[in-house]
Amino acid sequence: MTDSTAVHNHDDGTVAKARKPAPAEKRRRSRRIRDSNVDRVFMIGVYALLLTFLAVVLIPLLHILASSFSSPNAVSSGRVTLWPVEFSVRGYEVAMSNPQVVTGFVNSLIYTSAGTFISLTLTIAIAYPLSRVDFVGAGIITRFVVFTMLFAGGVIPTYLVVQSLGMLDTRWAMILPQAVGVWQVIIARTYLRHSIPSELYEAAEIDGASDLRVLWSVVLPLAKPMLAVIALMYAIYQWNSYFDALLYLRSDDLYPLQLVLRNILILNTEGGTDTTTMMERRQMADLLKYSLIVISTVPVLLIYPFVARHFSKGATLGAVKG
Amino acid sequence: MASGAPITPHPAVGTTARPLQTTRSRTGWQLAKRRMRRRWQLYLLAAVPLIYFLVFKYVPMVNAVIAFKDYSPVVGIWGSPWVGLQHFQAFFDNPAFWRIVRNTFILSAYTLLAAFPIPIILALALNEVRHRFFKRTVQMVTFAPYFISTVIVVSMTILFLSPRIGLANDALGLFGIGSIDFLGNPDYFRHIYVWSDVWQTAGYSAVIYMAALAGIDPTLYESAKVDGASRIQKIIHVDLPGIMPTAAILMILGVGNIMAIGFEKAFLLQNPLNLSHSEIIPTYVYKTGLLNADFSLAAAVGLFNSVINLGLLVGVNFIAKRVFGHGLW
Repeated sequence: MTDSTAVHNHDDGTVAKARKPAPAEKRRRSRRIRDSNVDRVFMIGVYALLLTFLAVVLIPLLHILASSFSSPNAVSSGRVTLWPVEFSVRGYEVAMSNPQVVTGFVNSLIYTSAGTFISLTLTIAIAYPLSRVDFVGAGIITRFVVFTMLFAGGVIPTYLVVQSLGMLDTRWAMILPQAVGVWQVIIARTYLRHSIPSELYEAAEIDGASDLRVLWSVVLPLAKPMLAVIALMYAIYQWNSYFDALLYLRSDDLYPLQLVLRNILILNTEGGTDTTTMMERRQMADLLKYSLIVISTVPVLLIYPFVARHFSKGATLGAVKG
Repeated sequence: MASGAPITPHPAVGTTARPLQTTRSRTGWQLAKRRMRRRWQLYLLAAVPLIYFLVFKYVPMVNAVIAFKDYSPVVGIWGSPWVGLQHFQAFFDNPAFWRIVRNTFILSAYTLLAAFPIPIILALALNEVRHRFFKRTVQMVTFAPYFISTVIVVSMTILFLSPRIGLANDALGLFGIGSIDFLGNPDYFRHIYVWSDVWQTAGYSAVIYMAALAGIDPTLYESAKVDGASRIQKIIHVDLPGIMPTAAILMILGVGNIMAIGFEKAFLLQNPLNLSHSEIIPTYVYKTGLLNADFSLAAAVGLFNSVINLGLLVGVNFIAKRVFGHGLW
């Protein structure tokens, strides 16, 4: 907030300053018109603002990373800022040897891979017909789907459905109730409609290909970028979700990583089995939190640089074209 | 939105119409029959996801009638006796009612107000920068927190604000301010909730605005340049009007989403000390419904929430259409 006011100060302050030389400069009009003094100071403000944004986002991340590589003692006494103090990987060793964390990690991998596959399949199954302009009833079906974005039965009525299907405390409860995202359907439909030329459908039809065949051999290969974006959206959603587990799962051997993390990081229920002193255990618990944050975030951030560009395309596709 | 739809039907309608006209006789019949069989595959394909929506989205809407019944698991939803608005009455009479509703509304409004302008400012600033590398770096870094899970963001917030080991209190210490127990004080809850949310989502929303800015007609910039507009004037007269439709849509979606997604974060940030400000309708539903197994009361509260949510969405859409000339529908 303070940054935006800082920019305004720059603007206001410079308007007065720039007034004097402005007319003379304008008449001369060299190669560049835009580099007036107002603009130059304005750009300094812009860079200052962006650097502030950068710092605000980066500092917490660097602090977490630095802490995770520091010694338990250094973390507990709050000596770490942005660089590791007394470098150590103790936190990671302890985190990796925690059976709950390992189970959670494996479970999350299962939910993420299976969930993404099912979600992607179902999304394409509805988005492809809706993208065909000659699909009768597309309007009604779209409304049927989009309405669920506006109004929902609620947590309890949904819970009752999951219960009556016998999915409580099973892996299905983590995958099926949230399988299809309306947003993703809209993105997929919009993409297919705009990127597949209708001549291709015509040509395939003349060659005697059925609609399913066209989907499989023409549409899907052409839609790879969009498929990647949507798959990643679902994968990240699955990897990060804990609410469904909180609602539907009872046995802790089914818990996804996020729920395990919540228990350790927020509820502080780390059952220390070490035969160490209270002091040491507390120090270890502090360090463990930082290491766990890094471990659970690394898989997502590792793929992030490769997909960010496509991802933003997907985000804008959904938001702007609705 | 409106511009996308009319463009596509043209070529496709044309192509389906042409073969029909040239082969009108017996072969036309066969073609039509075969085409119906082919469309049948599309319906089959769509059927499975539609069943999904029916089962997991529409059946719960019907199930919501338990809000008007005294639900007993033994006899099921339809066997349970009707009790009218009793559960709603119980909720309204609850001394906690106003506090919870007020918390929900304040948190929503505050989030919206804070989360709305900042991505716009970020996008406008990024749009001015010509250094490719700097621009990309800022974009990549500010976008990243969007991918971090709520559990982790909340954990980071708690660690960051911890009076014992938190960086925030270290920073305050530099100014000679004693350490503050941010999460133990209910007065701080809303600020923590909202600003950690801004931290997480501002970069993502900015990307959407960036795309809108990229879509602005370049001739507008040229004429602005010819008219001798400064960068600030250009932002006010070209950029801002250009992103208005996007802003309106994101605003509407923001309103529609808040009551739905508030649960995760509020629940994680909650502790007995800040409950007076952090208890919101979704967390209350979870606690009464699933922890105390009072299904009907919780469903009534949830339904109340959904109806308000729908009302807000319709209302904001109406206003957006009037003010900006753009709405979601």
